Amino acid sequence: MAQSDHFRIQKRERITKLVENLFLAEPRIEADRAVLLTESYRQTEGQPMIKRRAEAFRHILEHIPITIRPEELIVGSTTIRSRSCQVFPEYSFEWLESEFDTIATRSADPFQISEETKATLREVYKYWKDKTSSDLATSYMAPEALLAIEHNIFTPGNYFYNGVGHVTVDYGKILRSGFNGVIREAEAELAKCKVSDADYATKHEFLESVIITSKAAITYAARYAQEALKEAEACTDPRRKQELLMIAQNCVNVPAEGAKSFYEACQSFWFVQMLIQTESSGHSISPGRFDQYMYPYYKADLDSGKITREDAQELIDCVWVKLNDMSKARDEASAKGFAGYSMFQNLIAGGQTSEGVDATNDLSYMTIEASMHVMLPQPSLSVRIWNGTPHDFMIKAAELTATGIGLPAYYNDEVIIPALVSRGLTLADARDYNIIGCVEPQKSGKTDGWHDAAFFNMCRPLELVFSNGVDKGVQVGPATGDVAQMKSFDEFYNAYKKQMEYFIGLMVNADNAIDMAHAERCPLPFESSMIEDCIGRGKSAQEGGAIYNFTGPQGFGIANMADSLYAIKTLVFEEKKFTLAELKEALANNYGKEVPVENTQELCEGIVRELLKQGVELDEEQIAKICRMVSGGGLGGDASKYEAIHEMIEAVPKFGNDIPEVDAFARDVAYTYTKPIEKYKNPRGGQYHAGLYPVSANVPLGAQTGATPDGRYAYTPVADGVSPSAGRDVKGPTAAANSVARLDHFIASNGTLFNMKFHPSALAGRAGLESFTSLIRAYFDQKGSHIQFNVVSRETLRDAQAHPENYKTLVVRVAGYSALFTTLSRSLQDDIINRTEQSGF
Amino acid sequence: MDLDYMNVRGRIFDIQKYSIHDGPGIRTIVFLKGCVLRCRWCCNPESQEYKIQEMTMAGKTKTVGRDVTVGEVMEEVMKDLPYYRRSGGGLTLSGGESLCQPEFAAALLRAAKESGLSTAIESTACASYETVQKLLPYLDYYLMDIKHIDSEKHKAFTGKGNELILENAKKLAVDAKNLIIRTPVIPTFNDTPEEILAIAQFAKSLPNVKEHHLLPYHRLGLDKYAGLGREYTLKEIVPPSDEQMQKLLEVASSTGIKAQIGG
Repeated sequence: MAQSDHFRIQKRERITKLVENLFLAEPRIEADRAVLLTESYRQTEGQPMIKRRAEAFRHILEHIPITIRPEELIVGSTTIRSRSCQVFPEYSFEWLESEFDTIATRSADPFQISEETKATLREVYKYWKDKTSSDLATSYMAPEALLAIEHNIFTPGNYFYNGVGHVTVDYGKILRSGFNGVIREAEAELAKCKVSDADYATKHEFLESVIITSKAAITYAARYAQEALKEAEACTDPRRKQELLMIAQNCVNVPAEGAKSFYEACQSFWFVQMLIQTESSGHSISPGRFDQYMYPYYKADLDSGKITREDAQELIDCVWVKLNDMSKARDEASAKGFAGYSMFQNLIAGGQTSEGVDATNDLSYMTIEASMHVMLPQPSLSVRIWNGTPHDFMIKAAELTATGIGLPAYYNDEVIIPALVSRGLTLADARDYNIIGCVEPQKSGKTDGWHDAAFFNMCRPLELVFSNGVDKGVQVGPATGDVAQMKSFDEFYNAYKKQMEYFIGLMVNADNAIDMAHAERCPLPFESSMIEDCIGRGKSAQEGGAIYNFTGPQGFGIANMADSLYAIKTLVFEEKKFTLAELKEALANNYGKEVPVENTQELCEGIVRELLKQGVELDEEQIAKICRMVSGGGLGGDASKYEAIHEMIEAVPKFGNDIPEVDAFARDVAYTYTKPIEKYKNPRGGQYHAGLYPVSANVPLGAQTGATPDGRYAYTPVADGVSPSAGRDVKGPTAAANSVARLDHFIASNGTLFNMKFHPSALAGRAGLESFTSLIRAYFDQKGSHIQFNVVSRETLRDAQAHPENYKTLVVRVAGYSALFTTLSRSLQDDIINRTEQSGF
Repeated sequence: MDLDYMNVRGRIFDIQKYSIHDGPGIRTIVFLKGCVLRCRWCCNPESQEYKIQEMTMAGKTKTVGRDVTVGEVMEEVMKDLPYYRRSGGGLTLSGGESLCQPEFAAALLRAAKESGLSTAIESTACASYETVQKLLPYLDYYLMDIKHIDSEKHKAFTGKGNELILENAKKLAVDAKNLIIRTPVIPTFNDTPEEILAIAQFAKSLPNVKEHHLLPYHRLGLDKYAGLGREYTLKEIVPPSDEQMQKLLEVASSTGIKAQIGG
């Protein structure tokens, strides 16, 4: 059979140029937004916060420098230089100030920063002391929650230091009636307000703020219209001149009014996308069902002969390039957890309509084609698969997978729709879901999902079981008893559950503190104007204006915990090969294996600091001795005994090999995270629900985790998402998928993430693609929720490590997103290389 | 119902999931131990002897071969039922040579058919036709190796002449539901255009032969020879180039048969 010829459309020369231009310069930090924001804040002291936010947004959009890049058809850039970023001091700034001199050279996501920018930002930062959302959040947190964060049990750092983002607004509304439509909507609501209403003051302020930000968006587009006209006048190339005039006309029309063509719709979409990203630093601003809300404009233009399919493809390709043009600087620790400059703009194609009919259309195929044309990490392209998905659409998706860029991710309607209904969505809304960020499902334009609310490392509470709740000399968790005294596996398992429940409660405390801080200090009138029912309720999404409100923190390390607890049950309690006390000793000594120095330095310093704090006097020799002990160089115990324990553990069956007994265990272990979380509420009136995915945090957070009873050595990565531990699944892709499908994916309604890596030969030819799509279908038949693939050989990745200059645009799948391989830290690169490589036989 | 066939015992040495080149769809291959030929390039040298052996790979010695019942094998095979359903795949028997354990092979194929799976064997068909016939009622795809038309050369490289094989091929062309001819392309043995053409012409002359697959020589089994304490006698040969395979494909296709590279 031939390759799928669906929408194989020639890539235009313009797209090649636009992509090349993206990579001409290194990303940098620009200070304009921070300066303008601060100017505005200084002028609005004492006013309601929502109004101050709106005024600041207006001030920024009226004055921030704008640029039209060479050859582009869709305009609007958050920064003058490509792939660069603005700064958002209202969320936090200390981290950036302290990293001024290292951010250009750090391993994960470096950004250039000029001395002039540093000086400007230092000046700006004087204003922000004690005024940020992160300052307020810290003051709201319980001391024990702060302690748990300090001890790396979980980290809510994402929203602690940044905007929330993680939203899909109602793009369709702006496409239909523009921001003038929003203004009319707000005015109508204002007209209904009576001064005697209980919520008059806040509602009134909010609606006025919506009008201010809507007008600001229109003004901003008008500036681009002016700029395009100016450039057109100076342009000597008649072709480009015509294009610039067209751009000017578009920017007059949209996003002020509804789009009257597919081209205008693309431009309107883009303004919404980049302006949300200007209002807040939150990432995962996810375009969602682009193929659905854009379709009417495409269809009308195609039917009337206004554009050809090739023209439409070029416009989509241009939007794709723009999605790769935005970036975000995160603090060094977070940058490791979200490595690869990713903005996590998840865009999803296919699936079904809110009436339950297949929704796949021309644009669904063309989104995939666009990713084949640009071959870049953004958008995080996803596809929805259900029983009614056309086969050739799956083949088209598989063809993209076979290119190796890790796109698209595949999502199972048959799991996600019922899971969302179980969380209170209407059936129609659930059927219309899209994915936010990595893997988190929600209904666009109605949800403030607070997905990605924290990383919870499921391995750390197990460490605390062994230490009776003590970490680095401090009682961090509950005292669950001396493991040496534990008589049964159930007693041990219950201690683990107790630690889990305790820390889950603290994580909720931390998340709710941050949530309230955002409502108070960083409400977002612009974003909220496109989320139902903020205008009706007269409050921002941050204050509970959305129809659906969730908080979704994600757990990871399930495979490690399943394998650990299964090994303990089997070897300690059933076969009595060794005792818990012996295991504890082996773990403390990293199974007799020396720990790399870079991992022990911090630990060493911590111990020394703690001892000094307790008044112990230490000389240099004693400190050196402690360091030797920590790294395993001066082991007091018997290394061979620890190695023997390790060997026994290695021989125990592991999750990921289609062994029903082990897999049932994993299912139960996952419940220790997913079940307790369900009972908690957030300040916006919504519910907590679990996700099981790691972004890329399994590597840096693994580096904070000691040896675990599954045989994992200290400070090595923990398992990602719901995937088996790297290299532990040795029975091929079907066995791994069968094991993962035995987890309960419905209860993890904030998303699960299953990584699979294939050697390219397994997807060769039409037959390879057919088998590959059957594999996905069969995994989904068994109620897996999500699966994604890397299709690149180990040899290629190793070569890319050795010769990064030859692989500048090699894109790989990291976690719920793809990134440029050479921009990732070495340890994350190694983690990807070490994932089990499946092949077809 | 007579379920005795589920208790038939046989000797296997591996079960391999997600096999996508040995019959339609996603398949599980069960490798039976023991073979009548001794092909010098064989990538599974541990399959040749019926007796259970030790093999040392990467410093670890493992036992090759275990005795199992049809029921035990089917329990493992059926774990991938969802994948067979979606892809039209199923069970493929390989080896070794399944015909060396005809009762066991027939019972396995029967069990697979009872479970609704597609069935296939990879086989040299180097056995009495009565033996071959035991399998046919339960078999959807016969993937039959024809390695050389010249019996002398066949004998030099595999230990046996090809008379019985070619004779059985003619009968299978009539009796088998689907017959596919496969030729491993081995440098110094059968990789000239003339040799491949002769095989393709023979395949074309048979009624009902669907396809002719040319499988390029590879060296993946090389380490196993050392692991078994045996010498690999084809050390000097290298896998054929893509260009050469392409040329041989054209030669085979020139007979009018549907030829392809790889399974």
